[in-house]
Amino acid sequence: MSDAAGIIERPSPVASRGRAPSRRRAGAVGGHHRNIGGVWPVLVLFLPPALVLFTLFVILPMGEAAWYSLFDWSGYGAPEDFVGLKNFETLWRNGAFRTALTNNGLIILVSLALQLPLALWLATLVSHRIPGTTAFRLVFFLPYVLADVAAGLIWRFIYDGDYGLVASLASLVGIATPYVLADRDYAIYAVLAVVVWKYFGFHMMLFIAGLQSIDKSLYEAADLDGATPWQKFRTITLPLLSPTIRLSVFFSVIGSLQLFDMIMPLTGGGPSNSTQTMVTFLYTYGVTRMKVGFGSAIGVVLFLICVTLAFSYRRIFMRHD
Amino acid sequence: MPIKIRGRLARGIAAACLVAAGLTGFSGAAAAQTTVRLMHVEANPNYVAVWRKLADDYQTQHPGVTIDLQFLENEAFKAKLPTLLQSNDAPDLFYSWSGGVLKAQAEAGAVQDLTERMQADDGAWAKSFSPAALAGSTINDKTLCVPLKMSMTGFFYNKALFEKAGVDGTEIRTWDDLMAAVEKLKAAGIVPIAGGGGDKWPLHFYWSYLALRLGGEPAFTAAKAGEDGGFTAPPFVEAFAKLKELGEAEPFQPGYLGTRWQDTLALFGDGRAAMLLTFDDSANRQAAAAADGKGIPREGLGTFPFPAVSGGASQGSETFGGVNCWAVSRNASDEAIAFVRWFSGPEAQRVMAENGMLIPAAAGADAGIKDPIVKGFAEELGRSSYHQIFLDQDLGPSVGRVVNDMTMEVVSGQLEPDEAAQEIQDAFELE
Repeated sequence: MSDAAGIIERPSPVASRGRAPSRRRAGAVGGHHRNIGGVWPVLVLFLPPALVLFTLFVILPMGEAAWYSLFDWSGYGAPEDFVGLKNFETLWRNGAFRTALTNNGLIILVSLALQLPLALWLATLVSHRIPGTTAFRLVFFLPYVLADVAAGLIWRFIYDGDYGLVASLASLVGIATPYVLADRDYAIYAVLAVVVWKYFGFHMMLFIAGLQSIDKSLYEAADLDGATPWQKFRTITLPLLSPTIRLSVFFSVIGSLQLFDMIMPLTGGGPSNSTQTMVTFLYTYGVTRMKVGFGSAIGVVLFLICVTLAFSYRRIFMRHD
Repeated sequence: MPIKIRGRLARGIAAACLVAAGLTGFSGAAAAQTTVRLMHVEANPNYVAVWRKLADDYQTQHPGVTIDLQFLENEAFKAKLPTLLQSNDAPDLFYSWSGGVLKAQAEAGAVQDLTERMQADDGAWAKSFSPAALAGSTINDKTLCVPLKMSMTGFFYNKALFEKAGVDGTEIRTWDDLMAAVEKLKAAGIVPIAGGGGDKWPLHFYWSYLALRLGGEPAFTAAKAGEDGGFTAPPFVEAFAKLKELGEAEPFQPGYLGTRWQDTLALFGDGRAAMLLTFDDSANRQAAAAADGKGIPREGLGTFPFPAVSGGASQGSETFGGVNCWAVSRNASDEAIAFVRWFSGPEAQRVMAENGMLIPAAAGADAGIKDPIVKGFAEELGRSSYHQIFLDQDLGPSVGRVVNDMTMEVVSGQLEPDEAAQEIQDAFELE
């Protein structure tokens, strides 16, 4: 994981870093003056393609979205009707957008409070190298492999009140079939259940990787000292796994904010916008209503939220990773 | 790490796209054939087969022209079109509901104005269509698309279920009759109406028809001109009140707020709901959607027009439905226009009518209608004093979606009639 932090350039990683990387870097520094003639050709040859693509497909669209968000524009022709910040104002007053924001918050909360502990618990169960665990790992990981849209369709069928699994279960128990996806109070919880089901496997895999990199001798030492399983978990596993946990939380938060493909086949944001997330809201109100200016405003807000969260999270929690 | 991976992926995809774009560009130039791309939303495989057959016939008569029929699901089609039309990948011909959406597309120069072509040779092309169909495809004196069909909505009912509940479908003439039928059906343990709330628009038929029966043509003309308080005028609020009353009677299947349109058709076709407010050609649609692929046989189906509302301004002769047409995109070839002229001409439309697919827009092709149910609708349409196009198309995508949303909110008891009317008016004024 230490290399992951390398994306954020920091002034002097060499001194504080561990063994292997520092040696490599020291070598590079030593050979520095020999390479000096080679820097420019490399720069000229290798930087432009990446830079051009990045500008073309990332920076430019972002800038365009920010520009469009100031217009009342249908998406046809060129934007001409300049409205200033009116789109943002409308957005702020929109009840469905507030629902979407709340839902995104709820998804983050459930991801952190339910999904991560579940993933961690399962990871501790299946990370041991005993026969049969691979099969379990595979089973738990399967939902993540499934395409989001396919998962949404499958669960739409499961929740179906007439033919679905829920319907059969309800009739088995002898209660009235709930139509969960058609109920504006419960639909979001049905969606949350699918979110947890879909993504816990991914986080479990992260944790397994983290767990397997923990030195076994620490546990042996703890055993010799007579530590209980809980003590071992709290004093060895948790601290040594914390970089992975922080990374997993980061993925959860960003992933929750971007949730879209699964909701569309499940509920399409309905009923009465009760399962709208920010991205489905963008699609419904910006794209399908041909209000591209307004949609861009939503995009800008979403982008700002994501960037703020991502950077402050890295700054605060992942500083040492 | 995540940024790094995503960046790499994005770059990879971008590179792949560039290569793909280059390849398609090259192969397009190399092909000797002219390909006419037509994009439609027809989900019924039998209908598509009829189209394919016609297109194949055309191809044999015109070597060098390939007709490519492309399908996109209704909602996806509407969402994707703005981007598609402005790209170089725009289809030559695409399905349209006319109205506000087509107007927006025309204003942006994404579709061709066909007025000149239609009026050439003393209006030969224009005259090949029924006046109502041509009028529906003409916005501000510009003919913006080639009429394909007229459609109309009305109630279909399952005769067997009606009999079981002791309801006579031929006797439902007023809104009160309908409400009484709902009560009787419920008492007999039958779901009275199949409702497609998941897609929203199937329920906007109710409000639109109610407003049409209450206010007639004058109310709609005034509202669309922004006069008399627009959509907050009494007929529209009253229509919402009636809709609320309908919702409170709980006529729809449980969970109707999440039911998609194809499932709604299936519900009716499987005999699990007694009525459906739907398009004229729904005898075929319910059959295709039903679990057994057959649905209710023709003789088991009855229809009645949307009932009159007491105290309403109308005589019940207004109709609600659509005019569907083929829009011709900006860069469409002459071959594409020649094809669409033939494809929507009397000969081809007669074939479609014979297959019970539509009420043709081409003059004289009505004779091809064999299906008594569709014929009934066609005759009613012929007597119509005012044909209102689907509001979610007529009012444009933005206001139209608000209409759909508000219909849902009111029928499910979430919003009061006057609030819903105000929301629509607000959206209308924002346009």
